[in-house]
Amino acid sequence: MAGKNIIEISDNSFEQEVLQSSIPVLVDFWAPWCGPCRAIAPVIDELSVEYAGKLKVAKCNVDENPNTPARFGIRAIPTLIIFKNGNVTEQITGAVAKSQIAAAVDKVVA
Amino acid sequence: MTTPEPYDMVIVGGGPAGLTAALYACRARYKTLLVERIGLGGQLLTYEKVDNYPGFPEGITTFELTELFKAQAVRFGMEHRSAEVTSMDVSGPVKVLHTADGPIRAKAVVIATGCAPRKLQVKGEAEFTGRGVSYCAVCDGPFYRNESVAVVGGGDTAVEEAVYLTKFASQVHIIHRRDALRAVKVIQEEAFANPKITVHWNRVVTEIHGGPQGVTDLALQDTLTGDVSRLEVSGVFIFVGLIPNTHWLPEAVRRDPLGFVITDDDMATSVPGVFAAGDVRAKTLRQIVTAVGDGATAAFNAGRYIESPAHHG
Repeated sequence: MAGKNIIEISDNSFEQEVLQSSIPVLVDFWAPWCGPCRAIAPVIDELSVEYAGKLKVAKCNVDENPNTPARFGIRAIPTLIIFKNGNVTEQITGAVAKSQIAAAVDKVVA
Repeated sequence: MTTPEPYDMVIVGGGPAGLTAALYACRARYKTLLVERIGLGGQLLTYEKVDNYPGFPEGITTFELTELFKAQAVRFGMEHRSAEVTSMDVSGPVKVLHTADGPIRAKAVVIATGCAPRKLQVKGEAEFTGRGVSYCAVCDGPFYRNESVAVVGGGDTAVEEAVYLTKFASQVHIIHRRDALRAVKVIQEEAFANPKITVHWNRVVTEIHGGPQGVTDLALQDTLTGDVSRLEVSGVFIFVGLIPNTHWLPEAVRRDPLGFVITDDDMATSVPGVFAAGDVRAKTLRQIVTAVGDGATAAFNAGRYIESPAHHG
């Protein structure tokens, strides 16, 4: 379902793929039963192409990987978190416009 | 520099009203663009299942219904773009819609931007949004397995979502400021029959408390006695009405005191060539079934406006 520039991460790969990434990572916490998550999926796809090389884009299915969302206190989806050097730098809860996500990304990748 | 030909019709918003307007406009062969800010489906996608849209006797999930609406419009050539319209200029015969990616010009516009959930506006609400405070039971309900949660409100949405949340939560407390629910009877019956649901009558939430782990409890006030009590919950789902998404509209588009767009029976607003459809409109019943009717009527009359001699004159 996800575009080719998007990686799927799990509780097991989170440390390596996200926290140890050399470039910032946008993680989209989602689940198949969440309508607004599906609604923003095309926008996440577009961003992964537009910021290719500058930003890693990852999806984390919270149904299959409960530990990672719990670690960050996530109790609502979609939640988007941008990690830089292993730290949370931006967090967006709920479905928002593409421009708002892009603005958050720009703050981090600049 | 040449300006591209304007669209015949631009529909702002991709929920049931906008998608139906697009279907009717495309079938009439108007050059049509649908602009959507987040993703097609609108508020519809924040619910799980629809039981009151005719033609689906067993109900239908909102995913499926959205896909069907979209496929039908696409079949007749709907063009759509992901962009947020931030303002609209209606001073000339051609309307100009401003987006971050540049202006879009249209002979006629259908406003179908719907509504957003109304906030309670109490202490703790903003702070704990996403950490206990939610406006979408389908999205966030599964995070509250075997926990105690509250639902604020007494309308269809509040009571329906309270019933939905019993699939996950151990206990669901409905907090309602009156002594009777407004929800349609069949939904009320389902709630009263559910042993996990407790209704707290004549109570309002005055504060939402929490800590590092999120929400821990609510302060409730009795509207009759003024007494304040505490209710321990780890989640609070707020369904206290809707706010129309009309901040982008110019003054010239008349609104009622709550901000809903005023139209006539043809869905025409106070600005010639600008129509409105669906939940954004001032009306009595905000449902998918009324939104699609509005959408068809708006597109039909927008077409008549485009063809009218007055418009060409």
